[in-house]
Amino acid sequence: MAFSQKHLLGLRGVSADDINEILNTADLMKVILASNNKKTPHLQGKTILTVFYENSTRTRLSFELASKYMGGVAANMSASGSSVAKGESLIDTARTLDRMASDVLILRHPMTGAPHLMSQHVKASVINAGDGTNEHPTQALLDMFTMKEKLGGLSGLKVAIVGDVMHSRVARSNLWGLTTMGASVTFAGPPTLLPPELAAAGCVVTESVDDALRDADVVMGLRIQLERQQKGLFPSVREYHKLFGLTPERLKLAKKGALVMHPGPMNRGVEISSFVADSPESVIDEQVTNGVAVRMALLFLLTRNNG
Amino acid sequence: MKILIQNGSLVLPDGVKKGDVLIEGGKIAALLDSGSKVGDAEIVDAKGLLVSPGLIDLHSHLREPGFEYKETIATGTRAAAKGGFTSVCCMANTKPVNDNAAVTELIKLKAKREGVVRVYPIGAATKGLKGEELTEMGELQESGVVAVSDDGRSIVDANRMRLVLTYAAHFNLPVVTHPEDLNLTNNGAMNEGYWSTVLGLSGITRAAEETIIARDCHLAALTGARLHVAHVSTAGGADIVRLYKAKGAKITAETTPHYLYATDDWVDGYDPSTRVNPPLRTKDDVTALIAALKDGTIDCIATDHAPHHFDDKNLEYALASTGISGFETALGVCWTALVAPGHMTGEQLLSKMTSAPAELFSLPGGVIAEGGVADITIIDPSEEWVVDSSLFLSKGKNTPFNGKKLTGNVVRTFVGGERVYERGV
Repeated sequence: MAFSQKHLLGLRGVSADDINEILNTADLMKVILASNNKKTPHLQGKTILTVFYENSTRTRLSFELASKYMGGVAANMSASGSSVAKGESLIDTARTLDRMASDVLILRHPMTGAPHLMSQHVKASVINAGDGTNEHPTQALLDMFTMKEKLGGLSGLKVAIVGDVMHSRVARSNLWGLTTMGASVTFAGPPTLLPPELAAAGCVVTESVDDALRDADVVMGLRIQLERQQKGLFPSVREYHKLFGLTPERLKLAKKGALVMHPGPMNRGVEISSFVADSPESVIDEQVTNGVAVRMALLFLLTRNNG
Repeated sequence: MKILIQNGSLVLPDGVKKGDVLIEGGKIAALLDSGSKVGDAEIVDAKGLLVSPGLIDLHSHLREPGFEYKETIATGTRAAAKGGFTSVCCMANTKPVNDNAAVTELIKLKAKREGVVRVYPIGAATKGLKGEELTEMGELQESGVVAVSDDGRSIVDANRMRLVLTYAAHFNLPVVTHPEDLNLTNNGAMNEGYWSTVLGLSGITRAAEETIIARDCHLAALTGARLHVAHVSTAGGADIVRLYKAKGAKITAETTPHYLYATDDWVDGYDPSTRVNPPLRTKDDVTALIAALKDGTIDCIATDHAPHHFDDKNLEYALASTGISGFETALGVCWTALVAPGHMTGEQLLSKMTSAPAELFSLPGGVIAEGGVADITIIDPSEEWVVDSSLFLSKGKNTPFNGKKLTGNVVRTFVGGERVYERGV
């Protein structure tokens, strides 16, 4: 099965075949990562630029390491300290970077749709590393990779995703990816943080975390941005944790051995209790390793397509 | 010089009739039987075409003075003529704001010197559109403004709105409200609903529009002032207007071609040409707006022509300027949305774009009648055409209808007996 995408702007509309191709390729990449000599020639002669308008630890580093492990030339641009600070438009920045013979541009941007706009103005492949409140497809891919690795497959899984669904790009990408792969997704969170008409997208939506967790195979916490409290979206960290936090008591409702996941960075004691985050069921640390493998796979598939 | 428009179907106040129109001295000199002979008149053949009163637009942005890079009175009025409009009202959000007689006079002077259709300025309701101090409405009216409005933003303070209405009523000036609660919009980029959730864009609830419509309708009832509700885009907004009209308040309302045809699923793909304020809503809203137009709740169709420069639109979706360049697609979009599917007759639609708006702001034209101004638009109701924004006469090429196939097109436009637009010329 040939990978059919030129860009990865989101998982909405991406076929199961393409997702499988990435996940299967990531299996091989993970073997390489686990070996004593983390080096492959897959990206030799390719230039990979990370273009980050927002802060990031794991996404940016994992893309950069993935590029380097495969022999690519990796460089990065931050909005601060670049011409963006001088008022350069996204399109002009994109064209400039494109003309530096880059093969892949990896964009994180606070505005929804920014990678889509960029992709219309460059020759390089564009990977969305998080746009506004829309998508973060590589996070969902590494989440799915982790679920598949631990549970044997995705079809038929019951996945509970809990927290600030409204503003979460991780939530949306997982929704599209998981439903395409045949898993069922239940979202839970306070009503002020659930987007309207979400259920019409083919998932279950509830304000009860207990209901969402019952019999779940996977429990995923979403990061809550603490400034949302000042905007009136929830009254206090204390009440948030009490009503919507992932606690050891609540976890008992999920299937025995259900995976605990979180995209990071975590607010311990807010959306997730340390006892849950550090429990034997937690695969949060492995998600990070898998993030490198999945990004290696994606970079390889995109640049191979470009010939 | 005489012009005889021959063999057309005349759209008259009492129905559509075959006949000829004789224009002389800028006026409609006579309505004649089809095929009449008039010596020394230039003949315009309108066989198979509708001869309509010139279209009248109560809501547009001509951008001059101040934003000539987006549009000028010269380009905007030519675009209007191409769209079949013979009269356009222009909003006050220019730079400087049209909040004093000097700016009104400048717009009128430019329109006379450089424009091709009649231009009626709408004055600001408050100085600088700040929603605070009232403008000198008396002097604005003497200079020619036909209404007052802070269009572009709502008057946030309800007491200031009450004062605007009370003071404007003294001059019998309509107050045009731009209904948008700026707290409720919450920096949204599109309609709040299924598609904002799917696309990950922040949503604008319909309530942001409807709460201000309700507030202002209530204040209009309280003050007895004339309130005109701009660009109604939601089913609920139409319901509120209907309710307060039934109570006898002096309320009128408009919607625009795009709210009658385009919907929020068009935003998929993040094309900034679909970004408009209020945002494109849903099919249910479109259906309700069509019903409101038919039952008279919505009195007229206005374009809210909002031309923007390429650079102001070629941005991340939520950063792009809001607005649609609307003059040149208005008739085709309305015909396609309303007449082609049988929601209303061509005659009914044209009344919403001619006689109804003329009456609301007491403007000349709007009917074809002997002795009246010769503002006439000739329409081919069956022409199918594809929108190509690169051919727009407006500087603003920003339209979500680019590439869409429409039915119904303008063939010729006359203002005061002068040809201001001819198709294919």
